[in-house]
Amino acid sequence: MKTVEKQRIQQQFQEKMDYDELLNCMRCGFCLPSCPTYIESGKDEAHSPRGRIALMKAVVDGEIEPDEDVKRSLDMCLGCRACEPVCPSGVNYGHLLEQARDIIYQNQKQSLPVQAVRKAAFQGLFPHQQRMIGLTGLIGFYQRSGLRTVARKSGMMKLLPESMQLMERVLPDVPTSKSMKQRPRHLRPAVPVKKRVAFFAGCLMDTVFLPTNEATTKLLQYVGCEIVVPEAQACCGALHGHSGEKQQAKSMAKRNIAAFEAAEIDYIITNAGGCGAFLVDYSHLLKDEPEWKDRAEVFSSKIKDISSVLVELGFDKFSLSLQDEIITYQDSCHLKNVQKTFMEPRKLLSSIEGAQYVEMKDAGRCCGSAGIYNLVETEMSMQILDYKMEQTKATKAKTIVTANPGCLLQMKLGIEKEGLSDQMRAVHIVDLLLEAYENANPPA
Amino acid sequence: MLTNNARELLTAIVGKENVETSQASKLVYSFDATPQFQAMPDAIVSPRSASEVAQVVKWCNEQEIPVVPRGSGTNLSAGTTPLQGGIVLLMKHLDKILEIDEENLTVTAQPGVNTLELMEAVEAKGLFYPPDPSSMKISQIGGNINENSGGLRGLKYGVTRDYVLGLEVVLPNGEKIRTGGKLAKDVAGYDLTRLFVGSEGTLGIITEATLKLIPMPETKKTVLALYEDMEAAARTVSKIIASKIIPSTLEFLDQPTVKVVEDFSKIGLPTHAKAVLLIEQDGDAAVVEKDIARILSICEENQAIEVSMAASEAEAEALRTARRSALSALARLKPTTILEDATVPRSEIANMVYAINQIAEKHQVEICTFGHAGDGNLHPTCLTDARDKEEMERVEQAFEEIFTTAVALGGTITGEHGVGAMKAPYLHLKLGEAGVEAMRSIKQAFDPKNIMNPGKMFANENRKRVVVKQ
Repeated sequence: MKTVEKQRIQQQFQEKMDYDELLNCMRCGFCLPSCPTYIESGKDEAHSPRGRIALMKAVVDGEIEPDEDVKRSLDMCLGCRACEPVCPSGVNYGHLLEQARDIIYQNQKQSLPVQAVRKAAFQGLFPHQQRMIGLTGLIGFYQRSGLRTVARKSGMMKLLPESMQLMERVLPDVPTSKSMKQRPRHLRPAVPVKKRVAFFAGCLMDTVFLPTNEATTKLLQYVGCEIVVPEAQACCGALHGHSGEKQQAKSMAKRNIAAFEAAEIDYIITNAGGCGAFLVDYSHLLKDEPEWKDRAEVFSSKIKDISSVLVELGFDKFSLSLQDEIITYQDSCHLKNVQKTFMEPRKLLSSIEGAQYVEMKDAGRCCGSAGIYNLVETEMSMQILDYKMEQTKATKAKTIVTANPGCLLQMKLGIEKEGLSDQMRAVHIVDLLLEAYENANPPA
Repeated sequence: MLTNNARELLTAIVGKENVETSQASKLVYSFDATPQFQAMPDAIVSPRSASEVAQVVKWCNEQEIPVVPRGSGTNLSAGTTPLQGGIVLLMKHLDKILEIDEENLTVTAQPGVNTLELMEAVEAKGLFYPPDPSSMKISQIGGNINENSGGLRGLKYGVTRDYVLGLEVVLPNGEKIRTGGKLAKDVAGYDLTRLFVGSEGTLGIITEATLKLIPMPETKKTVLALYEDMEAAARTVSKIIASKIIPSTLEFLDQPTVKVVEDFSKIGLPTHAKAVLLIEQDGDAAVVEKDIARILSICEENQAIEVSMAASEAEAEALRTARRSALSALARLKPTTILEDATVPRSEIANMVYAINQIAEKHQVEICTFGHAGDGNLHPTCLTDARDKEEMERVEQAFEEIFTTAVALGGTITGEHGVGAMKAPYLHLKLGEAGVEAMRSIKQAFDPKNIMNPGKMFANENRKRVVVKQ
């Protein structure tokens, strides 16, 4: 890092970091056992929440410079926020991390290729749903045209880093461009309406994972929800926010708030833990913008995860069944640690007849997916995943249930990596619930 | 700063990946859980075996480089802050449970074993290791021994000291010695085991410990008693003990503490009560039944406004966990939280609680109190802001008065957190000058070059401040 960059970063730390929040950490260390990178790094304080907060504070205080090691410590953080619920002092670690990363990434000149990739993804792709559809369409072409067969057979894939090779293998068969474009905007239940909800479709969920979104709206209809799917909605901005692109995240937040506030609804439903948590955080993201702050709070207060609304409307009392098998659940960090939704998925899964729910050890510990973490910090991510797979195998589960697309892909990757794809599967919770519902109530 | 030569030498002993000298690494090991104390070490070294510990320490002794052993850095007396720089010695690789001996009822472990993991490992065999400091999820056995940690069960079961049977210690000259053993009786020479327990890393490095285990109690019951005034709660404590009942836990929390703990734990704690007692008894079912019945009536006789029993072990564990979070939860209220652990004979608990309130009022500082009432070990905690120099002066005065009062009541300046750097200036209050000198000469005998955790236990000057930075 150049001296001038360090100086600029240090100065902005002093101007922008929330010093009261930094002081709120009293360094008791209660966060340490909850931090996956502290554990996997062999108990290195520099990779713990307490250590990272101390580093941020020391940069503000001028005790140290924000050098590469400081950046390394912050980059290594998964952002899983498992340290927050266990913090008796209530430190908002996630907000501190986001602010610190934003300052570093906005002030440090990246290498040209990194700059290009970041710009293409964060500005060129995710904010534009049409382009997401376009790219997914290309993947579909790759998968269906025979190109994939050629690529795999020719050994071309070996040119990619190992994590990318695995990613290519676990990416689900994506929907056709046509189906992605013809999305319904208003759905009514066949039963009397209990709640009116808006569905937050998500950029990745509404393309690569389209069938899961379809399953979600079906379940909502079964429990008596009238659903609107506002067309003007955009990507939630979580990837941007977590990667030091706060400005971009804010503009997406505003777009979403505007898109949803017209609808008269009880809840805004999400089926991706990561998106939901970021939507909940809009009120913090926009806290310094007076004309948006209140609107953001109204928006955030309506966010509800699918499993939570299903339990509220009694889906666990429906008849649900599966073949005799063991199922286990991997928490989505942000669903658990930020949205505090962790009992609901377990309640739903335990209500499926025929299936035996077995809790895995450390189910609440991050799987290592963490947005784009598994692509940029592959080594640590794979180490975390290896631990996760050991716990999964110990349950003897055939099905690993997840609640977020990133976790879902990561668990698929884990299964592939362990060579278990013929005996284990990873699914999104709504897909399994729909399967269990349709199994018990076969469509006429 | 470590010279390149020194770095190479350390690397040759422990391997490259086990010597850290980046400024980020030095910063994250520059503090522990004690507010107001921070100092940069020169390097962080993580030996992989006792013999590597010996080589590192021997070399440091020759070079007169300070050595600060550190577990998880959760202590509350600035015991692991590298005040004079030097090397922070991490025990993270020495993290094995070596043996659980079911015939002699002992466990032998390396210092880096996590306290809770050790407890769970022995409990799986129906055995019980009672010392349970509030940081047990995080702390390491080595740290517990060096600080002689207490906990919620101290009243009935004692503290770490009461469970250490034998130690392997690396002395500053690099010699390895063994003290004690798997023995119920052993009077061969001075009791060096007890000397090293609570020595705060000032005499040597503990590299292995043999700990005493006892059979797991058959059952346990948990009671929560609420009071309208703090002194009625304190009276109940004295009355229970005077009735010849020794509960396994007898914890006291005042209203502000209960409020913040509830804020964090959200388990439905009674925030309307002025004081709360958390009482537990364990043992044979019949005895527990009898004791609990008696405790319930004593609570009621002493104006408890409400007494309830935990319905399940899960509920009881939630209460204990909530209590353990008290100190950190108090940090929600103010930027700086300064905790003390003045301790008095348990018959004096009501007087001490009263005195603390008087002192807080006199100096116009906010003090919340919770603690192990049953063993006289209170944790008056001052909520303040280190940036407010004027208030910090008053905090300083208030704490000095609390110490003096505790000693006057036959108590001590620290019950379980240790002297460290934080209470070094007050050690003489408890021991007298001659007492401090006697200890100093022990230190001198073991560590003539004063490399072991320097700046702890003994104040360099006659008058150093506890909370106000130098």
